[in-house]
Amino acid sequence: MSRPGTSYAEVLARRNEIMKASLGIDYDALVTSPIAFDYDTMMAQTEYSLEDIARIQRETKVGETPLFELTNLTDAVRRTCQPGRGARILLKDEAANASGSFKARRASISAFEARRRGYAGMVVATSGNYGAAAASQAAQRGLACIVVQEVYDSQGVGQPEIVEKGRACEAYGAEVLKLSVGPELFYVLLTTLEETGFFNASLYTPFGIRGIETLGHEVGTEVTARFGRQPDVVVVTHAGGGNLTGTARGLAAAGCADSRVVACSVDLAGLHMASDHDFNRKSFTTGHTGFGVPFATWPDRVDVPRNAARSLRYMDGYELVTQGEVFYVTELLTKLEGIERGPAGNTSLTAAISLARQLDEDQIVVVQETEYTGAGKHHNSQLAFARQRGIEVRRGDPRENVPGRAIVIPERLDQVRTTPQDLDRLRRSYLRNAADRHPVAQWSQTDVAFLAADLKVTPDWVRSHLPELEEPVEPAATQDRAEVPR
Amino acid sequence: MSVVAAGTWVELERNVLEVGERAPGLPIDTAAVPLVLRVSGFLLEPAEVGAPARVRTLIGREQEGCLRVVNPSYSHSFGDTVAELLTIGREEQR
Repeated sequence: MSRPGTSYAEVLARRNEIMKASLGIDYDALVTSPIAFDYDTMMAQTEYSLEDIARIQRETKVGETPLFELTNLTDAVRRTCQPGRGARILLKDEAANASGSFKARRASISAFEARRRGYAGMVVATSGNYGAAAASQAAQRGLACIVVQEVYDSQGVGQPEIVEKGRACEAYGAEVLKLSVGPELFYVLLTTLEETGFFNASLYTPFGIRGIETLGHEVGTEVTARFGRQPDVVVVTHAGGGNLTGTARGLAAAGCADSRVVACSVDLAGLHMASDHDFNRKSFTTGHTGFGVPFATWPDRVDVPRNAARSLRYMDGYELVTQGEVFYVTELLTKLEGIERGPAGNTSLTAAISLARQLDEDQIVVVQETEYTGAGKHHNSQLAFARQRGIEVRRGDPRENVPGRAIVIPERLDQVRTTPQDLDRLRRSYLRNAADRHPVAQWSQTDVAFLAADLKVTPDWVRSHLPELEEPVEPAATQDRAEVPR
Repeated sequence: MSVVAAGTWVELERNVLEVGERAPGLPIDTAAVPLVLRVSGFLLEPAEVGAPARVRTLIGREQEGCLRVVNPSYSHSFGDTVAELLTIGREEQR
């Protein structure tokens, strides 16, 4: 037998067979058209109950993290709003998971599944906390782990946060393939899966999403028990959509039907995600609009045939914050609440401050994650690096932030104000992306029903918004298209 | 050039995709440079810096490339102090 071709096109052409071998999920059986597939069956096929997932996670130091009430921060917020306003802000300290982030929840089920099915190891493509999570979980399950990571620009320079993430992966015993900038991270993932026969522990399989359901469930049950009410708002840092999807599903399982699930991303409009030049001009490597918007408006752009993370299916609101605001809030958390946590996890805390101000005092806003901090993964590291690269860093009005050029850190707490995104605009963008893959004239009733469920609207809404597909509608935040899974 | 002994922890570098072999539709700046991979491991045979070499990685796989760094280390830090951060929190405290 001749050796299969290794060119970019040849490897990509084999993606479906590589995926099938490395996942053991037959996506073809679920798919009914270029758009629609049976989402609920796919999620149910994991065959794990929520109790099973919690038990598996307990075995590898995941879950049951503390839920802190941020009383000093809440008081500070109340001093910036009308009397009677200023909801209580709670924080789920996910940094307490093995490897220091909620991503351990996602990796834990994949590692368990890989082990159960007899794979010798697993491969992940990520530049985020997920690499360390996968390496840590694989180590505990006796599996080899390979992390494919986008680390450097063409000058060999990597920003401190990503370098630290790579270090953590190696610390947990993983082989780390450190790449320069480009979406061909996916190509390297495919060739590595083919070479090794390892499990594809993608962030976007049903295992990767179901592992987060315990997070939402813990939040829902603990808030209800301690405070006698469901969380009014749960804020989720949003990139690929898994965090939001899994959390919302877990909240629903805890009976929190009235809790609003609000996404939050750092606004990085204007920076191109695949640009070698822009790579080190971003001070956030995830949780930003460069992933958040394209993954919301077309989830199936990932390293599996159908994405289990479908954020618009569960999203009740979407807020944008600036880089400077998140750095300010990270410092504030340290000074007022006495805990140092990494900035990326504080994206949702920043939105929570703004949302709490609009709610009543007896209401509850939950920030559902934190991440570990340390050298490299620290707001001072990132700001010092940005300044070194010629990016202006100063105190002032955060509205003056320009991604890649100026990071303006608020002077006062009342300047922390999020910008809401128009969800209908995102939904219309999604429909246009669907039309690009499957002409509207060919949409069946099943397609329309799938789209309605995927957008949290009625089939009539979908039908009444078809004409708008003819007009260009772009989401407000960014026109960038990420094709790299994180 | 001195020879690095077998068994030494080193970092290799190789081009995975050359310019012209890369994915279609890349931004111009990215398309103009190769996709480079770096990976660390224990050197399998003695080799010189800059010369082709093979390593065994932490999980036991073999990797090939040019020997780039002997004893690769992490030196990322908290960075130069950003004084603008230091006063945050004082004004918000009671």
